[in-house]
Amino acid sequence: MGVSMKSNKLLLIIFLLLNSFLVSQEYTLIKNGNLLTVANGKMLATDLLIKDGKIYKIGKNLSSPAGTKIIDASDYFVMPGIIDAHSHMAIEDGVNEATNPITSEVKIEDAIEHDDISLYRALAGGVTTIHTMHGSANVIGGQCETLKLRYGKNPAELIFQNAPRTIKFALGENPIRVHGRGNNIHPRSRMGIEQIIRQAFLDAKQYKKEWEDFKNNQTLIQPKKDLRLEALVDVLDGEMIIHCHAYRSDEIIMLLNVLKEFDIKKVIFQHVLEGYKVAKELAEFGAYASSFADWWSYKFEVYYAIAHNPAILTNYGVITSINSDSPNLVRYLNLEAAKSMRYGNLNEDEALRLITINPAIQLGIDKSVGSLEVGKDADIAIFNRHPLSSFSRCEMTLIDGKIYFDRKNDPNDMRLNVNPNLPVGFDSFSNTLNDFFYNFCMDEFD
Amino acid sequence: MIKKIFIFFLSSFVSLLAQNYALVHGEVYTVTNGIIKQGTVLISDGKIIDVGKNISIPDDYEKIDCTNLKIYPGLIDAGSAIGLVEIGSLPETIDNLELGDFNPNVQTLTAINPNSVLIPVNRAGGVTTVLSEPQGSLFTGQSSLINLFGFTPEQMAVKKIAGLHLVFPSKGRVSSFDKSALKEREKRFTRQMENLDELWVMAENYNRNYQKAKLNNELHLFKKNFRFDPFISLFEKEVALVITVNRDTDILRAIDWTKNKNINVIFSGVTEGWRVAKQIADAKIPCLVGPILSLPTRPEDRYDRPYTNPKFLYEAGVTIAFRTGESSNVRNLPFHTAKSIAYGLPEDVGLKALTIFPAQIFGVDNLIGSIEKGKIANIVVTDNNILEINSQTKYLFINGKNVSLENRQQELYEKFRKRD
Repeated sequence: MGVSMKSNKLLLIIFLLLNSFLVSQEYTLIKNGNLLTVANGKMLATDLLIKDGKIYKIGKNLSSPAGTKIIDASDYFVMPGIIDAHSHMAIEDGVNEATNPITSEVKIEDAIEHDDISLYRALAGGVTTIHTMHGSANVIGGQCETLKLRYGKNPAELIFQNAPRTIKFALGENPIRVHGRGNNIHPRSRMGIEQIIRQAFLDAKQYKKEWEDFKNNQTLIQPKKDLRLEALVDVLDGEMIIHCHAYRSDEIIMLLNVLKEFDIKKVIFQHVLEGYKVAKELAEFGAYASSFADWWSYKFEVYYAIAHNPAILTNYGVITSINSDSPNLVRYLNLEAAKSMRYGNLNEDEALRLITINPAIQLGIDKSVGSLEVGKDADIAIFNRHPLSSFSRCEMTLIDGKIYFDRKNDPNDMRLNVNPNLPVGFDSFSNTLNDFFYNFCMDEFD
Repeated sequence: MIKKIFIFFLSSFVSLLAQNYALVHGEVYTVTNGIIKQGTVLISDGKIIDVGKNISIPDDYEKIDCTNLKIYPGLIDAGSAIGLVEIGSLPETIDNLELGDFNPNVQTLTAINPNSVLIPVNRAGGVTTVLSEPQGSLFTGQSSLINLFGFTPEQMAVKKIAGLHLVFPSKGRVSSFDKSALKEREKRFTRQMENLDELWVMAENYNRNYQKAKLNNELHLFKKNFRFDPFISLFEKEVALVITVNRDTDILRAIDWTKNKNINVIFSGVTEGWRVAKQIADAKIPCLVGPILSLPTRPEDRYDRPYTNPKFLYEAGVTIAFRTGESSNVRNLPFHTAKSIAYGLPEDVGLKALTIFPAQIFGVDNLIGSIEKGKIANIVVTDNNILEINSQTKYLFINGKNVSLENRQQELYEKFRKRD
């Protein structure tokens, strides 16, 4: 009796050990695909072995242990999961805290809608990571969040672990319209915007000094906590990276000058549609650029935008990405990247970088995603044709080696939450929903 | 006299120099008669004079070598705001929208700016012709089929009045900004439906009286009402009623509404057409679908519904054409189509739906939509499949004119790619 109890226990221990062994060692082999590695060029008819959510091996005719999940990618194109550096998905009703020209204290992290169907639709376009941002209503907006599109998981599990903190700034027409024209307060012009940013940084500097003095016992009175200024101190210290919505070349130069004044080294310009006019200055500063492919003329500050913007910026040595700012456009970022070949003659590799490693660099996550390299996260998109062809179609998307989208097994209705009280088609639109119907940046204001 | 001779000489010189072209050694996508390898297209006096293999080229034709190039008929966008909307957010530059429910008399051709900066930028993408459509509520006005080249709206017009436009009442949300309750939308819908039926009766009466007066040679006695006049050409079937409709229930209601009205009907938008494709086909209503690069209309819908919509319509037997609904990026028209090809539409059908199908739908297939003898010389020459993003337009002919591909975006590119 006692013996059998013991052996039962032993069996249980063995079973548990085996179980943990199996759980921790999960293999997936993507067989015989044409790899667009981004890091090391194109590798035709090559295998990619995934172990525990990471890229484990890349090579021809790789062997894999028994029980490996096999994905036949013959004739297909395998690329790193697409990264969108400018999105407002998963925060549909919380894009702008438009109550003050400065709201650096608010966090997208607190408002993530993990059940936004847009996330799944983006997965179906090969997208694995997005930077979901505060809107452009305020000169200094809220803190943004980098997400992996682990659709089906809860909000905390969507967050990209160890991604650097980021904050939204916005120049030009939007903050002027909301605050200057809307509320009759500063800024009413691009002149005012500069002074708001300068004053904010001066206040943050002062705040930082007050706390340092207190901590160094130079003063006995504890300064009042100010979450708004605290966030800006993090910006001054380089711990939170600025993603600045900007269009015109003059305002781009303006921000560069203010940043130099406060010794802030890192900035990513968002939209930056006139970046092509000051590509030299952007390159000299070491600023990054995240642009649209070809959108223009939807407002005056983009009337002089050109589709060659990403190409010119790239040729000047600016790390450039192409973003969507839209739950629609995000679905075909591969085609948007291809436009840099049509307008400005970038080569295939340069075009692919615009939606993979470059946005990864901009978001500070290039050590784990953005290319097919051993050791990186197995975030992978598989297309039936070369993804830069307009005839291409995403077939499968993996995050951490797990399949999150499979065209062959798509169940049609992918909502996570269904309200049974709503009549069928309640939410349907009488209009076609394309891009600037849907300019999320200024949702609730247009 | 000398002056006259000089002018004569000059004009004939210009015509010799600029009017006759021979596109040689190209791959000709006639659309209506297959693909001709190593083909020749002769253009003279604005028209296609001949197309085929082994065609002898008269001396006064300028030869354009199209070796390794592809020759297509100009693409047609079956729904656009180009020339009417210059800057999306500035009302001062928006001319495609009138107030109220009843504007059948307004014409988009009136407000097209032939010198819009957007026109050269977009035609460089191979789109030579667009349906310039009005926007608004219920009867929005008359559209015009225009070429994207000309110094006056009249010069641009292929068909001055292409359709009378109706936005069909709907209970759906207008956009993502529309947060109105279903009850509110239902009220709006009911009011509009009543309004529509009432206006229709008035239009029918007007036409009946007009036809009676015409029959009795009493037109001089007929009391004209310019707001109702456009309905006469509708009832005489010179133009079609172009109905903007997207939701399945709205489409079915619109089909039902048009029954027994004895008019030509075209649907525009038709985003949920796939749900009721058979009914649309049975009603024999052609559809101007798009934009294809868009989102599903319902959260529960499969992610690729907008992409597969043209395929389902085509397979059901509906004649389709593509529309972007755009002003600034009409140039993306071929990529909308390519997307639906990637999701199942046959490629040759896609090309037809960009050329000959819209021409047929608007009754101008004797003028445009294919490379055929006698047609207007609207022609695009590219270095790759015209539906591929990585292709370049090499030559563009509109009305037989070798139109420059220069545009402001290209100029700015040249100016800033290498600056001090």
